[in-house]
Amino acid sequence: MSVNFISIIQISIAAVLIQNFVLARFLGLCPFLGVSKKLSSAIGMGLAVVFVMTVSTIFTWWIDTAILAAMNLEYLRTIMFILVIASLVQLIEMVMQKFTPALYESLGIYLPLMATNCAILGVAIINTDINQFTGVPFTFVESVVNGAASGAGFTLALILMAGLRERLESSNIPKSLEGMPITFITAGLMALAFLGFSGLSFFPK
Amino acid sequence: MIAKELKRGIITENSIFVLALGLCPTLAVSTSVKNGLGMGLATTFVLICSNIIISIVKNWIPGKVRIPCYIVIIATFVSILHLLIKVYTPTLDSQLGIFIPLIAVNCIILGRAEAFAAKNNPATSLVDGAVMGLGFTAALLILSTIREFLGGNKIFDLMVIPGFQPMAVFILAPGGFFVIACVMGLINYFRGKKGAKAKV
Repeated sequence: MSVNFISIIQISIAAVLIQNFVLARFLGLCPFLGVSKKLSSAIGMGLAVVFVMTVSTIFTWWIDTAILAAMNLEYLRTIMFILVIASLVQLIEMVMQKFTPALYESLGIYLPLMATNCAILGVAIINTDINQFTGVPFTFVESVVNGAASGAGFTLALILMAGLRERLESSNIPKSLEGMPITFITAGLMALAFLGFSGLSFFPK
Repeated sequence: MIAKELKRGIITENSIFVLALGLCPTLAVSTSVKNGLGMGLATTFVLICSNIIISIVKNWIPGKVRIPCYIVIIATFVSILHLLIKVYTPTLDSQLGIFIPLIAVNCIILGRAEAFAAKNNPATSLVDGAVMGLGFTAALLILSTIREFLGGNKIFDLMVIPGFQPMAVFILAPGGFFVIACVMGLINYFRGKKGAKAKV
């Protein structure tokens, strides 16, 4: 299996900055809004997402190529991926509880939420598409890198948001904008800033 | 009774503006009225079908594994719908992209399955699915109309005001966040006014 390093760098930069999962693709907004109230819980959630995304891309890629694509069963992708992700989350939870209790304690409550996180299913589906940089379907290594980098992009947005929201707590906000609306405005400003990264184009073809 | 149910689904318990569920597809596809309407109706279809089936089979599902069972039922309808959309409206399929398979993890659908269909009979579950779906569609239509007008000076691909300079940022990601924030803020404002009046 040959590894195309340029494509891997491109994928990581695109997934973290240019096509940020939350701020450009609108995936995983529920945890982004729900868990960004405190910095410490945002870091925990971010780590859990990176971990589950990386592991789930490893499994879904193999299942997709070895079983679904080989037998022409691509239409079963959605069902298959959801089942794989849900059972994987359960399995990871059990393994972590047994072998790394400290890490389990710190991620504990965020792990079960993963099963219905659209970002995890989203990255699995994106990996079945054509790679926009090389023009051929994602290879195994590229898929895993894409999964990990997308998770990192999600974590970056989540941590930035948590930092901003901690500041917002003490600021004077118009009454009707309190809560959700001001959070959306903050996210919009962040998205505007991230839009600037769309001008980045490394290694032109 | 139908009017009361409709009011509940569209206004008092609107899934997007009041419960803040199902935000990812909402913000992603509300770039044009056509996409918003397509997504809304697609979600309504899945919501109605899954509500009916779940309320029929609810007594045979053991409590501990109910969530995975619901997810499989929902994902089945999403796959059926995806195949139908691919065949009959291929442009919608390419426009909505990964957000069609992602209907399966839309919190509204699992939320209604857990909160309503698992406790009620098929007929009322059907009504619940329909009104909640219509509420979702209505919210999408409001957001997509604002965004398509401000971002492209168009509604349903028709020019609205000649000479109006559209602001492309409203079609892009930040615009989605700003528009939903403003609409939610307005709703809070009017609700606050109403509440103040009621207290007096």
